[in-house]
Amino acid sequence: MWSVFPSRSSCFHTFGANKKNGTLKLPFALKIASIILVFFALIAGFLVDVPRLDILNETIRNLFFHVTSWFAMVFLFIASFGYSIHYLNTGNAKSDLLAKIFVQTGMVFGVAGLSTGMLWAQYTWGSYWVPDPKLNGAAVALLAYLAYVVLRNSMTDELARAKVSAVYNIFAFVMMVIFIFILPRMTSSLHPGNGGNPAFSSYDLDNSMRIVFYPATIGWILLGLWISELKYRIETLHKKDEEFSNASPIHLDGD
Amino acid sequence: MSDFRNPYTLSGAGLFMLSSLFVCYITIKRISTPSIWVALYWIIILFTSFNAVAKSFVNESRSRMLYYYTLINPAQFILAKMCYHAVLMLLLSIAGVVIYSTLFQMTIQDPLLFWTGAMLGSTGLAFVLSLLSTIAAKAGNNLTLLAILGLPILLPLILVSSALTKNAIDGLDWAVQWKYAFVLLGLNVVCFSLSVILFPYLWRE
Repeated sequence: MWSVFPSRSSCFHTFGANKKNGTLKLPFALKIASIILVFFALIAGFLVDVPRLDILNETIRNLFFHVTSWFAMVFLFIASFGYSIHYLNTGNAKSDLLAKIFVQTGMVFGVAGLSTGMLWAQYTWGSYWVPDPKLNGAAVALLAYLAYVVLRNSMTDELARAKVSAVYNIFAFVMMVIFIFILPRMTSSLHPGNGGNPAFSSYDLDNSMRIVFYPATIGWILLGLWISELKYRIETLHKKDEEFSNASPIHLDGD
Repeated sequence: MSDFRNPYTLSGAGLFMLSSLFVCYITIKRISTPSIWVALYWIIILFTSFNAVAKSFVNESRSRMLYYYTLINPAQFILAKMCYHAVLMLLLSIAGVVIYSTLFQMTIQDPLLFWTGAMLGSTGLAFVLSLLSTIAAKAGNNLTLLAILGLPILLPLILVSSALTKNAIDGLDWAVQWKYAFVLLGLNVVCFSLSVILFPYLWRE
């Protein structure tokens, strides 16, 4: 579903050092699917019958928005991690760019997951933020990825930046896994799914929630991929533009 | 390595720890709750480690790195660095615990476990910071960047080791403690192996 095709020759190629400018393409059908699924999730998420549980009540619908955002974020960070490893193995500048873009898109979903979670916490726990291992883990994981962005911005040499940030990305990903998936399981947590609090598995009886949840997850992931694709194309164009104006002996802008 | 030729780094880190300990003592004087005692200890150790480890890569000049490059392979280089930093951090944290517990009285119910936690925590700090300081050095040697990069990555380590040491002060049973000790050991192994695997990619410019 996700492929990188080397493109045909383009008129800018002769100017740039970058020989293989590829296009990253999400098939058209999947884009349509993502629109349909996301809208389905938004509408059905508010209309579908949900189990009546104490305290949670209607806030259980947050599952469709909060948990799906985190799934999409983790998916995008895994993609970024994969591209960073690929970059270190091959030195392909495309992989470096993709790793960066997936981190950026992943962070958008991370912020969405964090804010939906905070809203939910206000209604169920009575406070936007509680000192819970899962919440702190999520916040710190986002901080680590923000640090990745800062690191990238602090370096100008492209080759060094790509290498260094790939290394940091791999480190950050491993720590995120430890922080979000291992540490919360060690201590008791208020968060659903820990310490006997109801989570997704307890809703198993209720198939109507699954009917919305799975499409929503797939929809958000596809949307994330689509955003990444657009960003990738924009950045590639910027790069070509830069290469063109740097390499061209005639200065088109007149100065 | 160059640290011994330039003893300022070593004494600088030690002095930094000593003065921050003393500043804490003067301002706080007495700590009665174990959780705050432990938190303050780890904060001091954390910043000491930034000072101790970060300096080491900052001091390496470009030409000396080139010289190392002709002598040994990257895995050997980072292994040597990590061992050296681990020993340095162990010494610093031994001194830290001794001075800290003299200044702030605290009865530690399970000393063996407390020392295990303190030692494993400080070696973990050394391993992670060895790699991160190389990254920060590549990005223009600034300490702010190291702090930004390091703090989120080091937090799991700090959390687990502070939980372990706090439980050791409270004298919790091994049945509760083993998983913290195990995870702390695991974090050390993960950080160690990640650094060895990833460093060769940073080595050559």
